Amino acid sequence: MINIFNYVDRPSPIHRLTGATKLVCLLLWTFAAMSTYDTRLLIAMAVLSLILFRISKIRVKDVSFLLVLMTTFMVLNNLLIFIFSPQHGVSLYGASHPVFRITERYTVTQEQLFYHLNLVLKYLATIPAVILFVCSTNPSEFAASLNRIGVKYTIAYSVALALRYIPDIQKEYHEISQAQQARGIEMSRKQNLIKRLKSASAILIPLILSSMDRIDTISNAMELRGFGKNRKRTWYMARPFRTADFIAMAVCALLLAAAIVLNVVNGSRFWNPFT
Amino acid sequence: MNEPIIEFKHFGFQYNAQAEPTLYDIDLTVRKGEKIVIVGPSGCGKSTLAHCINGLIPFALPGESTGTVTVAGKPTKEQGIFELSRTVGTVLQDSDAQFIGLTVAEDIAFALENDCVREPELHERVRKAADMVALSSHLLHAPSDLSGGQKQRVSLAGVMVDDVEVLLFDEPLANLDPATGKTAIELIDEIHEQTGAAIIIIEHRLEDVLHRNVDRIVLMDRGRILADMPPDELLSGPLLSENGIREPLYLAALKYAGVAVTPDMRPSSIRTLKLGENEKRAVSDWFHSVPIPPEPEPQPYLLRAQHVGFTYESGHKALRDVSVDIRRGEMLAIVGTNGAGKSTFSKVVCGFERQQEGEVTFTGCDWASLSLKERADHVGYVMQNPNQMISKTMIFDEVALGLRTRKVPEEEIRPRVEDALRICGLWPFRNWPVSALSFGQKKRVTIASILVLDPEMIILDEPTAGQDYRHYTEIMEFLRDLNAKGVTVVLITHDMHLMLEYAPRAVVFSAGRVLADDSSAAILTDPEIIAAASLKETSLYDLALLCGVDDPRAFVQRFIDHERREARQP
Repeated sequence: MINIFNYVDRPSPIHRLTGATKLVCLLLWTFAAMSTYDTRLLIAMAVLSLILFRISKIRVKDVSFLLVLMTTFMVLNNLLIFIFSPQHGVSLYGASHPVFRITERYTVTQEQLFYHLNLVLKYLATIPAVILFVCSTNPSEFAASLNRIGVKYTIAYSVALALRYIPDIQKEYHEISQAQQARGIEMSRKQNLIKRLKSASAILIPLILSSMDRIDTISNAMELRGFGKNRKRTWYMARPFRTADFIAMAVCALLLAAAIVLNVVNGSRFWNPFT
Repeated sequence: MNEPIIEFKHFGFQYNAQAEPTLYDIDLTVRKGEKIVIVGPSGCGKSTLAHCINGLIPFALPGESTGTVTVAGKPTKEQGIFELSRTVGTVLQDSDAQFIGLTVAEDIAFALENDCVREPELHERVRKAADMVALSSHLLHAPSDLSGGQKQRVSLAGVMVDDVEVLLFDEPLANLDPATGKTAIELIDEIHEQTGAAIIIIEHRLEDVLHRNVDRIVLMDRGRILADMPPDELLSGPLLSENGIREPLYLAALKYAGVAVTPDMRPSSIRTLKLGENEKRAVSDWFHSVPIPPEPEPQPYLLRAQHVGFTYESGHKALRDVSVDIRRGEMLAIVGTNGAGKSTFSKVVCGFERQQEGEVTFTGCDWASLSLKERADHVGYVMQNPNQMISKTMIFDEVALGLRTRKVPEEEIRPRVEDALRICGLWPFRNWPVSALSFGQKKRVTIASILVLDPEMIILDEPTAGQDYRHYTEIMEFLRDLNAKGVTVVLITHDMHLMLEYAPRAVVFSAGRVLADDSSAAILTDPEIIAAASLKETSLYDLALLCGVDDPRAFVQRFIDHERREARQP
């Protein structure tokens, strides 16, 4: 079974940061990486994120699924941009240095290549950061950190509950699917799409109905134990901020500030080496 | 006498969605520190009564009420569900479904978190509550790492962190194996002594609850309280059996032997039961008078599993060298604790999983080459929860599903579905939507949808889980009829009564091996097997010892033979 929220429990300085710190850092970090196309800053952030990845002691093996998923997305994104807008770099950087020609429309220019380099750098700066957050944040702490940054606790808790029930629902899906296959419902890829959708409904309908029962019970259980009584609540898994937390948040805030400053200095979101 | 903590006065209640009231004119007082049991058939209103105590009624489940309910001296209407939760702690029936936190500690802490309790008090109180239920070494475990009994103890700790004055248990034994159930009753008793909280247990497995002393039993039927008296008195009278509640087996045996049960015999538990010489002789005489039924002719083998071994991808070795032979026309039980291998075995038989070692043959043919679907034409599998199988809105379509996927012509489908519906007693409902049926009727729909494929054998996972005695008897008698028509029936179960009454033979699994394969009576009187398989000794065995019967094992067998001949009516 694929565990999407892939918490890897290994002691490291990254793991020791509180969940709230990591969430704030992730947000600042991605805003910084998203807001600028300044190649120098993006290179710095890509390198830094790889270093942080090493520090966290998370191995590539632990995250191979996420890595493949995100890399596929990155390649697709670049490909589509080139197909639909092969001269985007030229219009951005106001110059055209052709490298080689496929057709008139698809002439590869230095500017276009430079634009794609920036895109790839953005991915390299953010992917490790996201994976780092997902793998080093204890799911129990996640709801507490959402609440800490201002999300209502009732909403934050529903995230925690979803995490709690994912394994149960996966198991139930598996069991229902076996019983339905025994009654002759084919789940193989040989079937056409409409038939497969029909088969899926034979599993999903019972799954949804039994999940509804579950929701009924759990909401009663929660109410009986005072959920929703006060406007605030405390969290068993919450930890106090320490020096390292403040340093981490300050560094990320500086990065975002740097991105904004560079955008102002460059006069746009793009750093232009061509003119 | 202690002061009352809960008082119902002329209380009646009707849910908004229902045409008739669920509770009528209830008068009930529970005093501080008392321990009472509420029994009654499904739909008698006992759960509704519990909801009135913990505040789900009227705050989460609205309706019309008459009369008053007061908890801790104040009407519940004036308190609200949160204020009530400080006085009344509720442990719901399904301890898995009410497990809220991602870990044991978080689940126990849940009520405190909602109360904004801060460090270090929060951790301290969680640790204390975990200590009381002996789970302090499991604080960081996830629910999936826990057994059913452990999950229940977490729920219990989760309501005890609040120092409640009333602990309310809604069918605490429903999902537990017999040995764990016994431990749960002992734990509730210990907590009762330590905390002095009033205990209210709603349960239909009366004999198991009475394993420890209770002050009173409240018997309910159709929304009314029929009796409210000490257990010794209630068990001496006819009220229980008249109202569809199963009596303890030792009392049934005493009645068969013609012994008149009186309160001074202390009949509430086999441990307190006192019998005079005359009564003991009557039991012993009865034992010798029951005729021994003739041995049935051995039928040919239907399914043979030989030296089957199975290991999950995770490396967990679930079956080791398992050999089981099932003869045509048998009705047998497969028992054992969770994780003992009984479910894995049935999955291997049905083809959900493929064994790595050994072979399974069916009517002499090797089964390795058959697909899941092909095997399903011979062996049907009925899941525990019918909601997990039903995917169509109309009963007819649901039962026809297996035939339609097998491309059987529509004109042949109709008579076959109608036959299956008739056998399962669902003929009157053939044009109904599934959603209009009760749980027991849905169970029959799932059985019908398997029977329509005309299998030689069906495997049922916990066929009577969560059913009261009336529905239990209905389902089991139906399966027995089916068996008499020639279908081989395999029951995977925790329920010792079911095993004793309906399965002449039982196979006991333990740690992936077959630990025993014998008559149910022999297994339930063998202390070693009982301990290894998390079963419980049957009280019939203790009664036989008490009465000085020379062969206690045969006594249990005679009791079953007698009941089978009398063919109890639902």
